[in-house]
Amino acid sequence: MLSKKNKEALFNPLSKDNPVLVQILGICSALAVTASLEPAIVMGISVICVLAFSNVIISFLRKTIPTNIRIIVQLVVVAALVIIVQQVLIAYNYDVSKQLSVFIGLIITNCILMGRLEAFAMHNRPWPSFLDGIGNGLGYTIVLVIVAFFRELLGSGKLFGYQVVPQWCYDHGYENNGLMILAPMALITVGCIIWVHRAHNKELQED
Amino acid sequence: MNKIEPSFRPGGKLAKLESVYDGMETFLFTPNTTSRLGVHIHDGNDLKRTMITVVVALIPALLFGMYNIGYQHYLAIGQPASWLTMWIYGLLAMLPVIVVSYGVGLGIEFISAQIHHKEIQEGFLVTGILIPLIVPINTPLWMTAVATAFAVIFAKEIFGGTGMNIFNVALITRAFLFFAYPSRMSGDEPFVKLDSAFGMGGGTVVDGFSGATPLGQVATTVGDNLSMTNIVGEPISTMDAFIGLIPGSPGETSMIAILLGAALLLLTGIASWRIMCSVFVGGLGMAALAHALPSATYPASMLDPVTQLCLGGFAFGAVFMATDPVTGARTKVGQYIYGLLIGVFAVLIRVYNSGYPEGMMLAILLMNAFAPLIDHCVVSFNIKRRARRAADKVKEG
Repeated sequence: MLSKKNKEALFNPLSKDNPVLVQILGICSALAVTASLEPAIVMGISVICVLAFSNVIISFLRKTIPTNIRIIVQLVVVAALVIIVQQVLIAYNYDVSKQLSVFIGLIITNCILMGRLEAFAMHNRPWPSFLDGIGNGLGYTIVLVIVAFFRELLGSGKLFGYQVVPQWCYDHGYENNGLMILAPMALITVGCIIWVHRAHNKELQED
Repeated sequence: MNKIEPSFRPGGKLAKLESVYDGMETFLFTPNTTSRLGVHIHDGNDLKRTMITVVVALIPALLFGMYNIGYQHYLAIGQPASWLTMWIYGLLAMLPVIVVSYGVGLGIEFISAQIHHKEIQEGFLVTGILIPLIVPINTPLWMTAVATAFAVIFAKEIFGGTGMNIFNVALITRAFLFFAYPSRMSGDEPFVKLDSAFGMGGGTVVDGFSGATPLGQVATTVGDNLSMTNIVGEPISTMDAFIGLIPGSPGETSMIAILLGAALLLLTGIASWRIMCSVFVGGLGMAALAHALPSATYPASMLDPVTQLCLGGFAFGAVFMATDPVTGARTKVGQYIYGLLIGVFAVLIRVYNSGYPEGMMLAILLMNAFAPLIDHCVVSFNIKRRARRAADKVKEG
C-alpha cells in the first residue's frame, strides 16, 4: 500500500516539493481566499478532493487518451469534478460558497491541477496518483491556512470569525491592520513563508 | 575608541559587532584608511556627507513643523502663547516620533549588517528624519514603529540595503500607515495635536474646531462654493499655505521652509534640478488643465494652480522625495519625463480620485516603479539614434 515511492508521492509535496512554496503554483487563489481562515480551509478541502479524484480518473484513462487532445480531456474531467464540489458547497455551506464565489469555479484554472495531471497522473498508476493528489492538495492547504491565520489574526483580530484579540488591547490603542485584508499582504506573507522555508531547507536555495 | 578597538576585530570577544564599531568610528572620525591602488575619486562627497547635507536641508522644514504643531495646538485650545512656547511644545510632541523612527530603523539596519557581515550604510540617516516629517503628528508611536520596521525590512533590506531599494523607504512607511490604518491618516483627527506633550499645553478645545487639512476640506466640498478655513473656522488664503500655518503633516505645510531646503540641495548639487523643476511644471500644467475645466463633481478642480501646489505634500514630495537619487531616474531625459509624470499624476489623483485628497505619495511611488523602465527606454533610444547616425556617416563617406 505505502511503498517508499508512494510515501514520497504523498509526503514530499507537504514541504520539500510544496506546490506553492517550491513550484510557485496556485498563487492567485492563495491571494484571493485567504483573508480569513474558514474560506481558506474550505478552498483547501475542495482542491484536495478535485485534485485527488481527477488524478485517479486521468490515471485510469491515461493509456486511452490521444496525446493531442489530452489537455481537453483533462479539463473536462476537472470541470466535471469542480461542478460537483460547487453544488455540494452551495447545498451544505451556502455562506462560505458565497464568500468563495468565483474561486471554486476557478479551481479549473489552478495551475497545480494541470501541473499534477500532466506531470504525474499521465505516467502513473491510479493509487500513486491518488496519493500524489492528496499530498499536493494538502501542501496547498497548509500554505493557505498559514497565510489565512496571519491575515485574519492581524487584519480583523479574529480566528474562524471569533474575536481573539481582547477588547483590552483595543482600549489601549491597538488597531487592526487594514493592509492585511488587502491582496498585497497575502503576497508578502507567502513571500515570508517561502523565506522561512528556504532558510530551513538549504538544498532549495538558489544562488 | 582606539582602546576598545581590538575587542571588535576578528578573534576579539565582541567580534560579532565589528560593523557596529566601524560604523560608529567612521561616523565620529574621518576614516584613516585610504585606497592604495589607483584613484577612485569622482568627487569629494561621500555617502555620509551627501546624507548629512540632505538632513541639513530638512532642518528648516523640521523647525517650522515643530512651531506649526504648537501654533495649531494653542489655536485649537484658544490660549495665547509666545512663539517659543509653541515651538517647545512642538519639539516635545515630535521628539518621541523622531526617537522611535531612528531607533527602529537604525536598530534593524544594525542587526541586518551584523547578520550579513557588511558595513553599516548611512541611508537611514535621511529616512529617519523624513518619516517624522511626513507622518501625521497624532499617529500612535507603535504604528510608526511597525510601519518603519515594515518599510526598512520589505522595501530596503530585502532588496539588498541602502542604494538597492526600488521604492522610497520613507514613503513606503507612510503608504503602509495609509492603507493599514486609514482612519489615522486622513479626516479630522490626525493632523492637530490636542492633548498635552510631556505636561505642556493641553486644554479644552474651542467651539467650531475642525482639524481637517485644506485639501481634506476641498475634497469634501459640495457645490460650487470652494472655501478653505483654518482649524477654528477663519478663512485662509494661498499666502497662509505658502507660509505654512495650516494643519498638515509636520514637514509639508510650509512652502518657505521647503524652498530653503531646496535651495541648499540645488546649490550643493545633491538633488537633481531637472526632476525638481519638472515635477513643479507637471503639477502646474495638470492643475491648470483641471482648473480650465472646473466641475462640481471634482471640487479640487476649482483650486487655482498655484494654490494647488502650495497645499498638501506636493512641494515636500517634489523637493525631498522625488529627487531621491536611488529610486528616481538617472538619465537626463529620463529625469524630465519622470518628474513631469510625478507632477501630473499627483494632481490627477488629487482632483479626479475622490477617495484620496492627496496624491503626491502615490504618484511618487508609482513613478519609482517606472523609473528603471524610463531609463532603459532613454538609453536604448539613444543607442539606436547613434547607431543610425553612424550608419548615415558611413553611407555618406
